[in-house]
Amino acid sequence: MNDHVSESIQSTIDSNDVVLFMKGSKEMPQCGFSNAVVNALSYLDVKFEDVDVLQNEEIREGIKVFSDWPTIPQLYVKGEFIGGCDIVKEMFETGELSQLFTEKQIAHTKKD
Amino acid sequence: MPMEQKEIESLIKVSIPDAEVTITDLAGDNNHFSAHITSSLFDGKTRIQQHKMVYDALAGRMGGILHALSLKTTVKKD
Repeated sequence: MNDHVSESIQSTIDSNDVVLFMKGSKEMPQCGFSNAVVNALSYLDVKFEDVDVLQNEEIREGIKVFSDWPTIPQLYVKGEFIGGCDIVKEMFETGELSQLFTEKQIAHTKKD
Repeated sequence: MPMEQKEIESLIKVSIPDAEVTITDLAGDNNHFSAHITSSLFDGKTRIQQHKMVYDALAGRMGGILHALSLKTTVKKD
């Protein structure tokens, strides 16, 4: 991965509390797995930055190396890699996702 | 060519010998699977680490020829 790709990813996750690297945009996800994470975040009313990897081949491949994670979507919260679709969905179902946003002091709506 | 269910299971078991693997063919197309893996080797590891162990077992196939494998990992308790 080129340095500028890794720097660009780092700068995105440094300047946004919640970042979702995904296929498509949050308004129009292009993949069911990305859509599932968007839905979980939207349900909790979390503000997040979406990065559409389909618009940038370097980011699409670079994020996999950056996170050492082979699939997309990928969720970052305050610079920390949280997981992909399966992990986020599981955390959402157990209430851990909402708890994480509380711990990280990120505005969201707690729903039971 | 899509991966066979048995191939996925055996690759996981090579790396994670005590794994109990349940694979479901979600769409009946031999291409969209979900796998539930239970192992004592997951003990003390985060979910990210547990999933990475499975991805490592699949040796680069994940995200490539194996697009759609949804994972759930559980720690085996004695």
